[in-house]
Amino acid sequence: MDKMIVLMILGMGVVTYIPRMLPLVVFNGVKMPPFLQGVLKNVPYATLGALIVPGIFFINEDIWFGVLGFLSALIAAWLGANVIIVVLTAIAALSVYALFM
Amino acid sequence: METTLAEGKSSQFRQGMQAGISIAIGYMPIALTFGLIAKTTGLGLAETVLMSLIVYAGASQYISLNLLALGTGIFEIVLTTFIVNIRHFLMSASLNEKAEKDKLWKKALYAFGITDETFSVVATKEGTVTTSYIFGVNAVSYGSWVICSGIGHVVGASLPESLQESMSVALYAMFIGLLVPALKKHRKTIWLAGLAAIFNSVFSLVLKLSTGWAIVSATLLAAVIVEFFYKERGEADNG
Repeated sequence: MDKMIVLMILGMGVVTYIPRMLPLVVFNGVKMPPFLQGVLKNVPYATLGALIVPGIFFINEDIWFGVLGFLSALIAAWLGANVIIVVLTAIAALSVYALFM
Repeated sequence: METTLAEGKSSQFRQGMQAGISIAIGYMPIALTFGLIAKTTGLGLAETVLMSLIVYAGASQYISLNLLALGTGIFEIVLTTFIVNIRHFLMSASLNEKAEKDKLWKKALYAFGITDETFSVVATKEGTVTTSYIFGVNAVSYGSWVICSGIGHVVGASLPESLQESMSVALYAMFIGLLVPALKKHRKTIWLAGLAAIFNSVFSLVLKLSTGWAIVSATLLAAVIVEFFYKERGEADNG
């Protein structure tokens, strides 16, 4: 293995681990002020919104690809399908779409 | 009593593994392609797998290959990696509110497995999450990431192009699958996700912020605004 590459990987590993680990360790057992607690509880759903939009619309040069993926997943999830079914539905819908393109 | 405790733990771990399956599926095309590109960039199999083992962060691993190909220095690559992954501070802090109390070393250990995807799965689960559940989600996701990176390098090809294309939707579909049940239950989540989506679109498309900064600022802004609004209303609509 190239020494410089290994060094780079280790460096990347350290700077990736720090943000993942610090809050969990430093705030362990710390009671946050109520407002901050509320904000942190909001984070997951806000994160999901930001992770989905606008990214999903750019997974392919053809924007309809993303739109179809978005809608098929949304409909499957709305009908109460569990997450794996939602994922497979979206993949299936896009496979069919790709077949006709 | 001890047996029931042990069974409880192992069933939590198994539940976590089940919840991680969508992530494992979603990581497949990305990790396979990573392995493939790593090979064409000149990384050996051991280096490729080592990077997935130690860094375990999709976006920054891709970026590092790009930078390597451009001949960028190591320090700059490491710095870029840090900036791309700053958003995990927010996720880790949020997870700290959600996870059960446990020994510090266990938390420090599962912290390694925090990604956009594992965080989303763990943090949207109802109620408090147990350490075993988090380890279960992490194990499946990490396994898929590392193994598929290696396979991508060895096989030197990713999935057939049409399947690769349709599978690129997998993680987004998973995010939608996690979000929608909460949207149906709590009006608050519509505001959170909707505002964050709008902010992120403006930040990334109009203001041209990098993806990492756009996501973290959109998330934080939406979480604070909605919290402020709901606090003003005296938590009348607490849901």
